[in-house]
Amino acid sequence: MASRTLAQTGSGFESLQMCGVSRTYGRTRALVDLDLELTRGEFVALLGPSGCGKSTALACLAGLQPLTTGSIWRDEVRIDTVPVEKRGFGMVFQNYALFPHLTVQKNVEFGLSMRHVGRDERRRRAAAALDLVQLTDHAAKIPSQLSGGEQQRVAIARALAIDPEIVLMDEPLSNLDAALRIEMRTEIKRLYQERDLSVLYVTHDQEEALSLATRLVVLRQGALVQSGTPKDVYANPVSAYVASFMGYRNIFAGHVAARAEDGAVHVVADDLELVGRLVTGGGTDNTAQGTAVTIAIRPEDIRVAAPSAPNAIQVMVEVVEFHGRELAVRARTNRGVAIHFKTEESVVAGHPATLCVPRDRVLVFAR
Amino acid sequence: MTTTVEGRADTELARSRQPLKHRLADRGIDWSLLLLLPAVLIIGGLFVYPFFYGLSISFEPLKGSNPLSNYTDFLSDPYLRDSIVKTLRLALPVALVSVAFAAPLAFQARRNFRGRQAITLVFMLPLTFGSILIAQGMIRVFSDGGWINLLLQMVGIPKQQLIYNYAGTFIAATMVTIPFMFLLLMGFFGGIDRSLEHAAGTLGASKAARFWRITLPLASPGMVTAFTLALVEAFAVFPSAILVGQPDNATHVLTLPIYAAASQHSDYGSAAAIAMIMTVIELIILVVLVTVRNRIYRGPATGGKG
Repeated sequence: MASRTLAQTGSGFESLQMCGVSRTYGRTRALVDLDLELTRGEFVALLGPSGCGKSTALACLAGLQPLTTGSIWRDEVRIDTVPVEKRGFGMVFQNYALFPHLTVQKNVEFGLSMRHVGRDERRRRAAAALDLVQLTDHAAKIPSQLSGGEQQRVAIARALAIDPEIVLMDEPLSNLDAALRIEMRTEIKRLYQERDLSVLYVTHDQEEALSLATRLVVLRQGALVQSGTPKDVYANPVSAYVASFMGYRNIFAGHVAARAEDGAVHVVADDLELVGRLVTGGGTDNTAQGTAVTIAIRPEDIRVAAPSAPNAIQVMVEVVEFHGRELAVRARTNRGVAIHFKTEESVVAGHPATLCVPRDRVLVFAR
Repeated sequence: MTTTVEGRADTELARSRQPLKHRLADRGIDWSLLLLLPAVLIIGGLFVYPFFYGLSISFEPLKGSNPLSNYTDFLSDPYLRDSIVKTLRLALPVALVSVAFAAPLAFQARRNFRGRQAITLVFMLPLTFGSILIAQGMIRVFSDGGWINLLLQMVGIPKQQLIYNYAGTFIAATMVTIPFMFLLLMGFFGGIDRSLEHAAGTLGASKAARFWRITLPLASPGMVTAFTLALVEAFAVFPSAILVGQPDNATHVLTLPIYAAASQHSDYGSAAAIAMIMTVIELIILVVLVTVRNRIYRGPATGGKG
């Protein structure tokens, strides 16, 4: 009975939950007690470096890999023992996984014919799915005759043709070149909005995650580190690890020099002396003098300023890259600490400069 | 399309100005081609020349002046002619059974499991034995008092004659062919991207549907290739046809009259004629199978980049 309802279209589903899921291969622990929730209409991006367990989480959810411990629930129904073919999720793979011996049309129809949908109905729905990804003219071709972007669009059409209540995407854009990646990203966002989908999206690309997701989940070594809206995670990473993913390119190891007023701390890293905001992440507020900390600053938050500005850094400009609207610059302090920043002002390599950072944009994490 | 005549002349001029070495390299001709020389000499000296020599002496009968008499003699003698049928009756089932037996094993062995290497090794052992050793072992195992017959009697099946007849040669030939098929098919199945089965699974295909709709169609060109090789192998069966078969009757395969003509009657022309007939039959079967294979599907077994 459960299988029949699962294979149906999106009515009824409110939330999908992974509860305490672990997955162990031999001695490697790919997932460690992971709790993850996807509610209807959400676009959740699972973000992390390769090997953090994000793809494993997706494979467990899809039923392609068994759980070592834990359970997966779709509302009140436990589904982690349901075989993959009965879960009814649409899945898009990193390598597209199109059936090379079938035409585009047959690829898209595959899920429908597995559901014993009649021929005319199947044709109609496949045509609609192909129309959605604007590939109607390519229906008679076989996958190897298509470009990478077209193949990925077929893969998306194939996953959507079965009207899945949940779509799982495993790094779907990582095999495309830069320009196509941005185009397909917009395309995925359009489909998400138009079709009212619920999506779980795995990626290692923060830009992709930030631009697509309604909620971001950062994983580290198989465990959840932070979950929140892209805006929130971007502005307030809970750890240096998350910060490094959110574009905080300047990361220094330092220590606390003194406690300042209103939650600020004076920190020192080599010859850098800054006032920053301590991020406790809900833990204890340990700011004793000499505490080892990690300091994270985004290149965009650093500005060229007058020498008297607060939080000033004296540097020698080393490399200047032209990025169109702005310059991306690497500079070094007297003692050789590398500072990355972006500016629209003209900066010349080999010349000294004074930089400054607002104190609430200097994030300080206890180590 | 839009290149003008002058433009084309220019490029041609530019090409002729390049040194000869570069122009040859452009067409894939360079010194490394010399590496092919030993192979070309060996094939030419040991295969092409003897083949055409054999073809020419097959038209020079020992008696009479009719150049085709070696062929007509063979085809008009019912006992000799029948060896064509006997060869086919042996080779086709051997090839079919070996592929049918090796395919499921190879399908399982495409992924890693505990003991996979041990099983692969056991399957490859017969390759190292050679058909004479296998035949010697078979004589003991399949004889009246061998353990196969003892086993059959234990479960209540009457004693079977499993050697010195068709069954003996069939078993021996199959045993040698299966390891070949296993190795070949393992490569073919292993070349099929696993994510295709996963994708089919997420689209609602059961295990059986994944096999019939995805894996088998993608593996079938490989299976036809394997079948073709098994057939060629079984066509040339010789020692086991004598040692564990019934060489004067049920396993009087084409290689036996060739051997008889050449070694017992010193009639090389006649032996060559029979060999030519065997070659033609094999070529016909090969053409048919290659045509079938090209009709099925010829393309990648992966679903995109990856």
